[in-house]
Amino acid sequence: MTLDLLRFTTAGSVDDGKSTLIGRLLYDTKQVFDDQLEHVAEASVRRGGEGALDLALLTDGLRAEREQGITIDVAYRYFSTVALDGSSGRRFIIADCPGHQQYTRNMVTGASTADLAVILLDARHGVLEQSKRHAFISALLGIPHLVVAVNKMDLVDYSQERFDEIVAEFSQFAGKLGARADLVYIPISALHGDNVVEPSSNLSWYENPAGPTLLSLLETVEVAYDHPFQTPARFPVQWVIRPQGVPGAADYRGYAGQLASGALRAGEEVVVLPGGQRTKIAAIDTYDGELEAALAPMSVTLRLQDEIDISRGEMICRPDEAPEPTRELEADICWMAEAPLRPGGRYQIKHTTRSVSAIVEGLLDSVDVHTLQRGDAPQEMGLNDIGKVRLRTSAPLFVDPYSRNRRTGSFILIDEASNGTVGAGMICAPDA
Amino acid sequence: MSITARPELTHLQALESEAIHVMREVAAEFERPVMLFSGGKDSIVMLRLAEKAFRPGRFPFPLMHVDTEHNFPEVIEFRDRRVAELEERLIVASVQDSIDQGRAVEETGPRASRNRLQTVTLLDAIAQHGFDAAFGGARRDEERARAKERVMSFRDDFGQWDPKSQRPELWNLYNSRIRKGEHVRVFPLSNWTELDVWEYIDRERLEVPSIYFAHEREVFERDGMLYAWREGAELIDGEKVFSEMVRYRTVGDMSCTGGVRSRAKTLAEVVAEIASTRITERGETRADDRVSEAAMEDRKKAGYF
Repeated sequence: MTLDLLRFTTAGSVDDGKSTLIGRLLYDTKQVFDDQLEHVAEASVRRGGEGALDLALLTDGLRAEREQGITIDVAYRYFSTVALDGSSGRRFIIADCPGHQQYTRNMVTGASTADLAVILLDARHGVLEQSKRHAFISALLGIPHLVVAVNKMDLVDYSQERFDEIVAEFSQFAGKLGARADLVYIPISALHGDNVVEPSSNLSWYENPAGPTLLSLLETVEVAYDHPFQTPARFPVQWVIRPQGVPGAADYRGYAGQLASGALRAGEEVVVLPGGQRTKIAAIDTYDGELEAALAPMSVTLRLQDEIDISRGEMICRPDEAPEPTRELEADICWMAEAPLRPGGRYQIKHTTRSVSAIVEGLLDSVDVHTLQRGDAPQEMGLNDIGKVRLRTSAPLFVDPYSRNRRTGSFILIDEASNGTVGAGMICAPDA
Repeated sequence: MSITARPELTHLQALESEAIHVMREVAAEFERPVMLFSGGKDSIVMLRLAEKAFRPGRFPFPLMHVDTEHNFPEVIEFRDRRVAELEERLIVASVQDSIDQGRAVEETGPRASRNRLQTVTLLDAIAQHGFDAAFGGARRDEERARAKERVMSFRDDFGQWDPKSQRPELWNLYNSRIRKGEHVRVFPLSNWTELDVWEYIDRERLEVPSIYFAHEREVFERDGMLYAWREGAELIDGEKVFSEMVRYRTVGDMSCTGGVRSRAKTLAEVVAEIASTRITERGETRADDRVSEAAMEDRKKAGYF
């Protein structure tokens, strides 16, 4: 299956040319409107440019960002390559993540929904600490495709030798990531547009089966939902539809939700967690009529053959592939709050549509994002720290390892006093 | 739908499913949600998505319109008809009432607009009804401050948005915890573009107010935009009222929403026009965003839609 929507994230250090790259993608795919261009032209002059359009200004956001020349928060950008005649193309959602301030928090946020990450390097500087961190977080968040874009090739005379050096260096490091992601390297110049949307004669030595440009890669890469029939079905019940006072629908009882993964068919046997009751799917309803089958990530309403009392937070799956309900979790946590995470801490945990309480039983290790080494258990975790934690929950959760299922393997931690979202969790496989 | 060897999920289906998921989360986790409905194209799409999320049940929230009484009459007529068809409940929060009660002060002069005053009325209505979540039809592609907006966006007890300390929003897990007096704004169409909205309206065969299609109208030109002539509008020196074939890309107050010259009389023609336009939606039609580079950011911080 092909989904014509790709969500990707861009990460890079301050001067790697990330804003210029995004500006270039938007400009060369003709997504920039005349009034935006006028604004950029004026601002380019105002900020001392000598007539050249500064495409980075296309991603300008808040006033404080313009004043300080920084990016404060994740911004979302949209472009498409769908032609007017309906010929093939894609819609793209870019999560544009700042590379410096609050980088872990912002990158994790942008990466959580991404199918692909573009990691930008400066060809003159090669692989920096920060690029390694970006690659590590992308891998940790399970992004299936990594693209290492070696930018500013114009400043190294489009040298194939320099590109090969960087590829060799990054590959050595990538071996340590343990990432299952597929990894592609591409030489570009965002400033001049080489190999971004248009192929470049300056880089004619570069070969890639998907085509020589970053855009051709983005257009053809497989999206996560491409194989719904090979993944176990997970249907977290989100909302129960029981119409009251609606003529003709008084007996209706449907369980509404979004398939987190896999596919379900009308008529097949299912089990409801945590109760373990078995029944069959009587019908898969949508506003547009009944379906024979539903695939992730569709939002549908299931009617069941037997009258079972089911509420929000329960999960419908196939009996032979249901997860084991558990109250003990080991998970990698990205900590996103100033107040530290300590053993004994108590939080709200939100997993799929289920919210329960959790106690931190122990901190198991910490990750040094500079060396990628997993070190000894720390006393506490501070802002932007990453490490493995053991949690016990007040009620069972129906989880899968994050490496197998990004929807049912993830959760957030919420501070009950401040109500802030303080942690992002990725559940580890039992033996990991 | 039948399962074929190569099932397809279009980007519109993916966006639709995401929006339905957001609506159901809010319905399940908040006590008193409300859905803002202006009769404009984005809120028309929200209503269809709400039908998809909650039918055959009723909507688990009322609809609310912040009415400046400077709206296009065609839109108000459409609003009431659509609500009646859906058999849902509509609350009309009136900017005139806010002015009469001294909560808001009317601007004066030929450029006077009630656009900013809507914030007062909106926040008062949210407080008065005790709403803890308000669905809005805003999209991130509309404007640069909106590009930074969360799907579920926290507002403090003054209704303020603080873009520098937003809650991280991970996966599709929304943090719905708030204190009494605080609320969230929820934007199910965050990831939709203007073109997506029109393609969806076309796909779903949704009715939209007639002003979205090309029609003959009495207008006057100001700052390069064509404003509808209405009873009581003040002209500035040299401005003349003339007749022109126009349509509207956005529906706001008559006082601050400009029409565009157009011949697009059908949905297909509108979609084609949007697909090939060279000017952004708000840049072409909204005087309220032309005040300064950060006009929307400032209004949003104060509690605007």
